[in-house]
Amino acid sequence: MTGIATNDVPARRRLPLLQEAGSALAIAVIGAIGYYLFPDDLAFLTRLIGISFLVLSLDLVTGYCGIATLGHAAQFGVAAYAAGIACVRGVTDPLALLAIGIFAGTLMGLISGALIARFRGLPQLVLSIAVGQLVAALANKLQWLTGGSDGLSGITPGKVFGIYNFDMYSRTAYLFSLAILIIVFVALTRFVRSPFGLMCRAIKDDDLRAKMIGVAVYPRLVLMYGVSGAVAGVGGALTAMSTGVVGLDGVAFERSAEVLVMLVLGGAGHLWGALAGTIIFMIFEHIVAAANPFHWMTLVGLLLILIVVFAPKGLIEPALSLARRLTKGRAS
Amino acid sequence: MTALLEARNISRSFGGLRVTDDVSFTLGAGDRVALIGPNGAGKTTLVNLITGDIAPSAGQFLISGEEINGLSIPERVQRGLVRTFQTTRLFQNLTVADNVALAIMQRRRISKRFFSVSTERPDVRAEWSEILANLGLDRLAYRKVVELAYGQQRLIELAIGLALRPKVLLLDEPAAGVPHDEAPKILDAINQLPADIAVLMIEHDMDLVFKFATRVLVLAAGRLIFEGSPKDVTADHEVRRAYLGSYADARRVP
Amino acid sequence: MRLALSILTDAVAYGMVLFIISIGLSIMMGLMRVVNLAHGAFAMIGGYLASYAIRDLHVHYSVAILLAVVGTILVSIPFELLLYRRIYRKSDPLIQVLMTIGITFLIIGVVNFIFGPSLKTIPLPPLLSGPLDIGFRSVPTHRLFVIACGLVTALSLWWLIEKTEFGIKLRASVDHSGMADALGIRTEIIYAATFALAIGLGAFGGVVGAEILPIEPFYALRYMVTFLVVVSVGGAGSIMGALSASMLLGLADTTGKYLAPEFGEFFFYLAVICIVFLFPHGLFGRSHA
Repeated sequence: MTGIATNDVPARRRLPLLQEAGSALAIAVIGAIGYYLFPDDLAFLTRLIGISFLVLSLDLVTGYCGIATLGHAAQFGVAAYAAGIACVRGVTDPLALLAIGIFAGTLMGLISGALIARFRGLPQLVLSIAVGQLVAALANKLQWLTGGSDGLSGITPGKVFGIYNFDMYSRTAYLFSLAILIIVFVALTRFVRSPFGLMCRAIKDDDLRAKMIGVAVYPRLVLMYGVSGAVAGVGGALTAMSTGVVGLDGVAFERSAEVLVMLVLGGAGHLWGALAGTIIFMIFEHIVAAANPFHWMTLVGLLLILIVVFAPKGLIEPALSLARRLTKGRAS
Repeated sequence: MTALLEARNISRSFGGLRVTDDVSFTLGAGDRVALIGPNGAGKTTLVNLITGDIAPSAGQFLISGEEINGLSIPERVQRGLVRTFQTTRLFQNLTVADNVALAIMQRRRISKRFFSVSTERPDVRAEWSEILANLGLDRLAYRKVVELAYGQQRLIELAIGLALRPKVLLLDEPAAGVPHDEAPKILDAINQLPADIAVLMIEHDMDLVFKFATRVLVLAAGRLIFEGSPKDVTADHEVRRAYLGSYADARRVP
Repeated sequence: MRLALSILTDAVAYGMVLFIISIGLSIMMGLMRVVNLAHGAFAMIGGYLASYAIRDLHVHYSVAILLAVVGTILVSIPFELLLYRRIYRKSDPLIQVLMTIGITFLIIGVVNFIFGPSLKTIPLPPLLSGPLDIGFRSVPTHRLFVIACGLVTALSLWWLIEKTEFGIKLRASVDHSGMADALGIRTEIIYAATFALAIGLGAFGGVVGAEILPIEPFYALRYMVTFLVVVSVGGAGSIMGALSASMLLGLADTTGKYLAPEFGEFFFYLAVICIVFLFPHGLFGRSHA
């Protein structure tokens, strides 16, 4: 073909790595605000960061691949148990524990993906729940390994880089988690824009079309589940280290449902949506649920219904377009 | 020379109904073949059979002499068998450039990379911008598909088809639903296809068939009832009866 | 032998409870293609209402059942009008999951706010409590009552769907909703009636099954998965499917609890994974693709 490429395509002017640098800076600033404004709540904020990994991980399969799952806590829980058990049995280096968590999460992700990504609709949903419940049942019954319903306690990780101790004010845990979050988030910012990430969004739009350009859809989704498991694994391992215990709540159905709510609240299909959803949800939960858990459920239920009816894309999309309009207004 | 695509005695039944009945044909390099037939003749079923979307009850398909019956949809695409859809099936929430770039990257087997932002890679970008420019879509490159008019979406279907560099291209009513003044653009695009590939086009619009095809296949009630030049097709007795018969049937429905 | 008989009675009774509650969900999923995770929440409303009617209003058990079913349907009407209508036959399961989980949370919160968060007993009338001698041994009367309720439900539903005008319209709407519209069948009304039927059955099952699935504050969440599994294993929209899946799960679960209480749940979910993976449309279901 001898087409004359007149090339009227407008060039996309963007500094390389601008988005990555911006994300890193933004998280660092938000993290610093948390650190200096709420020095007494660092344990809670550390838990928040731990959960945010799980929500980001869920975003990868639900937001980017369109898989509806109610069993995602399994990845997080398995990694938390893996790191916890390793720590109790003598592996105390935080980075090694992190690696163990990532490995366990990835493995669990690949297994889940192989089962769940095969179908769509009801069978997919039921399989996702069943996988989650299976892990929960195992965690409950393998008492000699997991501590069962009492939880696994006595997790005392060593010093980070051999220098910083996990202190009772959670300063080390918080800063360590924040640093890992920045690294993971920046990597994901790139990952979701890569050919692989883009193809997953394409599969979400129309999987038959994806097959018709030659994509083997199922293996892709399983791989994505693996990546998602790795991200959840980071969160699981960090949470095990920072709280010192791993309980059944980490693998419970409620946890899976909760993180789905967080994701949708912020906006599925946006990394920032996942983060924003986690922050808003967990802070509200921290305040309201402590007062009365049933009021909290009513509130979450209402919120979820309102979001689905009025803002199915979550809060981040309207927020972003508002921000865009404001910056445009200023420019002109 | 072996045919690029060969269908040997293909049949397919749904329940007790034979929707494809002992169909055989070949497509060679440079062929421009139109597949026509009354509504419900089983044209789209035939395309779905070729692509592997559904499996034939009997018969074989061969690409360049190799049997492909056991191959999945993606494996057939990798061997150069590409289709477009009757109703556009594009990645609606992605940009036009992304739609085409994904096809290019898939063809070049770089679509599994996960740490580079390569829709903007110079070589990929050069390729999709050339394809889009040739179809007059270059100004729309960064628009989301969902925002575009239907005629433009049909052109993007073609762009994706081109980006895959097919050996055999199946066009399922490429001009259906396109506003009349935009239809020539589609034909232009089809005429620009590389000369050495085989193209099979399903089409209702006989004007378009005459302008495009060197050979016509007529399907009625799942059977191939005519194969010949566009000139002869209108004169053929059986073809007339098939079409008129279906119109008579159509009129009986209130 | 004695053990086998008690297992069997318990298993069949448990299976029947699962069936009465889940069949409504199954019909809704077959006809309206809604994955209604809030189905158990409506069964829970039924249980709370019946408990309140008997313990505070001192009405008879049978009246309480009636009040519970009618009351639950009345409560569900605004949900149908405002929310469920939006998601009928909508293909995106995520939206359905989110909305119905939202409804579940809302109902749990509000119901426990009104009636107080505690276990709700539904006292049985003298006729149903105590054992019944069936010749060679005695079994709890309530178990037999539940089994009878299940059989009556299955038969009436079969009659309703196969033999009545409503049933014909319903089947037409399932197979070809566009065609049904063209024939002048108001699918909107069919949907609303089916919704009411499904919710009513759920409430009925919640009340008569309260001895086996106790009505407690988190009932809606605790059994959400179980009901969904029944539908998924049986195949959406199939009475036979739901009945056999309920029996199968009832048997597996009860036997597991008697014989291997340690790993009952584990094997239950393992079985579910295997069945759903091999038969994604259920043992008796049809593909809607």
